[in-house]
Amino acid sequence: MTLTPLGDSAVVVALGSGLDETGLRRVRALAATLERDRPAGVVDVVPAFASVTVFYDVAQVGGYERLCREIATRTERVETADLRREARVIVIPVCYGGEGGADLADVAAQAGLSSEEVVALHAGGDYLVQAIGFAPGFAYLGGLPAKIHTPRRPAPRTVVPAGTVGIGGAQTGVYPLMTPGGWNLIGRTPLRLFDGGRHEPALLRAGDRVTFRAINAEEFAAWR
Amino acid sequence: MAITVIRAGMLTTVQDLGRRGHRAAGVPLGGAMDAMALRVVNLLVGNAEDAAALEFTLTGPELVFTADTTIAMGGGDFGAVPRWAPVSVRAGERVKFGAARTGCRGYLAVAGGLDVPLVLGGRGTYLRAALGGLEGRALRDGDELRAAAGSRQMVDRWHLDERMLPSYSAAPTVRIVRGAQAGAFNGTLTTIGFKVTSKSDRMGVRLAGPAVVRRDAGELVSATVAPGTVQVPPDGQPIVLMADAQTIGGYPQIAHVISVDLPLVAQLKPGDTLRFREVTLEAAHQLILDRARALALLREGLSQKMR
Repeated sequence: MTLTPLGDSAVVVALGSGLDETGLRRVRALAATLERDRPAGVVDVVPAFASVTVFYDVAQVGGYERLCREIATRTERVETADLRREARVIVIPVCYGGEGGADLADVAAQAGLSSEEVVALHAGGDYLVQAIGFAPGFAYLGGLPAKIHTPRRPAPRTVVPAGTVGIGGAQTGVYPLMTPGGWNLIGRTPLRLFDGGRHEPALLRAGDRVTFRAINAEEFAAWR
Repeated sequence: MAITVIRAGMLTTVQDLGRRGHRAAGVPLGGAMDAMALRVVNLLVGNAEDAAALEFTLTGPELVFTADTTIAMGGGDFGAVPRWAPVSVRAGERVKFGAARTGCRGYLAVAGGLDVPLVLGGRGTYLRAALGGLEGRALRDGDELRAAAGSRQMVDRWHLDERMLPSYSAAPTVRIVRGAQAGAFNGTLTTIGFKVTSKSDRMGVRLAGPAVVRRDAGELVSATVAPGTVQVPPDGQPIVLMADAQTIGGYPQIAHVISVDLPLVAQLKPGDTLRFREVTLEAAHQLILDRARALALLREGLSQKMR
């Protein structure tokens, strides 16, 4: 474990573990411990990629060195119970292809597969949420089958609707908001990945497992 | 009390001190770009420091107040009323702010604070997700805003000691602490000056200058970022992340602007210049504590002048 300052109001706890299930379990467990048993002056706890970032108010922490000691103590204590806790599994229904997945045929052509094979590979994958960020509710997902890794599009689209499922290089994910985007669009989910009106606005959390389930256009329409 | 927006100005939004506790969901801190100005103008009208106020950008709005109230203006100089002082306005009075004569962003507090719903612990507008503020968007001509009932009034003549304010300038020296990848660059940020480009916004102030070249070009895992983080994309032109910055970024982090100097960056407009100077983390922390003390003194001084 190492502690590295992120400016004068946050410190990054790097756990030195990989982005596999065990590593993510440690990240999740440390974030949960720091949320439950917050050192004085801690204002936000952010799990991300084999690390947890702790935001603090220096006027409230009783000294930066003390905050670091308190974080280190809690990190050492995170072992048993929290680590055994299983990840949540979230199933995301996706209507592949069609209007919401305009690049499905392109992805298939680049992979030398049929569209159906791309869908089977994507929906058959087992994904891990490595972090939430970049945009509100956006999940960085690990676990995209190598056969359908596809480079980003040469020119980003100016508008990608919320709920669109894309592939960008070795990553797949769902656009939570309507934004510009450069990924290859393969489908669309009726779920809302981010909703500011919900108590917990993001559908996914770092450390969750995700699977995609293919639905047809009628099921997609009925969902809404 | 209501405020009618006759002309909205270029980009006028409701802001406060941001949202805490939602970064894990990817929600940025948000809030005022110049948090110090927002705190001070709120205190000047008897509000809590984090009350919702208006943030203007480059061109201010034209407003009509429907009842007698007290306002305070700070940050950039947009004319109309003196800055950094409580100003009484009459029912029906029209206040027309102009273009920024100094700075980039103006802050207008109204006694009682702007009455907009609390969304995810904040009242500020986050445009990208259409969250908070007035319907999640910038003000438009014809909008109506409400202020909560203002309680306190200044009873005495009084003047702000401007030495407590940031050293605003169109060519400031901005203090930084080292970033995690500082060692991966040839040279540092501190030997050259940079110009602010027109692509700057509430997410980041984009700089132009001689390219800051990275020595090793290895791939980085995306990492947590915060307002103040100075990222360097492959083109070597640094970006200072600001209030609406995403929570995770993929570019190397060469430095972080210290908290007390972020207002200086918030007030730069395209074409302005800045230089960086490195300080220690201990020094940055001490400066935050000094500023907190100055704000506490202001709060106390004002409480004796208000009823």
